[in-house]
Amino acid sequence: MVLEAISLSGPAKFFNWGFISISIPNLIMIGLIVVLFVLALVIPFPTHDSSEHTPSSERK
Amino acid sequence: MSTMWTTRLRKATVEKFEPQDVLPDEQPSYVASFIYVFGVLTLAALFIIIGSGLWLTTKGAIWWHSSSVGHFVNSVHLWSVELFFVFMVVHLWGKFWMAAWRGKRLMTWVTGAIAFLASVATGFTGYLIQWDFDSQWIATQAKDGLNSVGIGSFFNTLNTGQAILLHVSLLPLVVGLIVIWHVILVRKNGVVPPLDANEIAGGTQ
Repeated sequence: MVLEAISLSGPAKFFNWGFISISIPNLIMIGLIVVLFVLALVIPFPTHDSSEHTPSSERK
Repeated sequence: MSTMWTTRLRKATVEKFEPQDVLPDEQPSYVASFIYVFGVLTLAALFIIIGSGLWLTTKGAIWWHSSSVGHFVNSVHLWSVELFFVFMVVHLWGKFWMAAWRGKRLMTWVTGAIAFLASVATGFTGYLIQWDFDSQWIATQAKDGLNSVGIGSFFNTLNTGQAILLHVSLLPLVVGLIVIWHVILVRKNGVVPPLDANEIAGGTQ
């Protein structure tokens, strides 16, 4: 089912719900963007030791 | 005020920028979040798009449809566009929910919005010049759509010559200039702080 949905060798399958009609590839992309957005908010950003670098504003 | 236009132009442009603002080596602590990297990811994808696009332009449609290297460069162009829009939408959502137009950053927001719309137009004309059945289908469907809103005579999607010139000359120029303006404004005004950082500081942006 999933492999069939993402097959690139034929016309795209569509998701239909009421007046909403959207191709499965577009729906996957939108879902991917939403997941990426949430992950960007919740995954902690790796930080390094600030003592290793002296910003130019603190240099004499 | 000097009457020389060179002096006025210099004062209005380069003298407004401090070197450490243009090429900074430190950022506020709140920038240490993945939501802040999507602007530069969008920019990186744009560089790949422009590079692969220039390559495609010099070779032509027969090459990108028939040779293996052409297929590869064509795919790099397509997938960098896909990533460009994915990154740009995450960047847009992030900036929208932190009200990134605060602190005299209205023009930064406006230039970003214009860059987004110009990118959609550029992407659309790209789909029109694939030189395959897909582009013909898109062109005929879009022709009906544009006719229905009364602009089909100004932008005729069935005119491939118009579409390719828009895609490889005018629209990339517009996107490029707007993006440069956008980045200059970000450097000039700094990265917008998150809403709670503003509350902690006790001020209003």
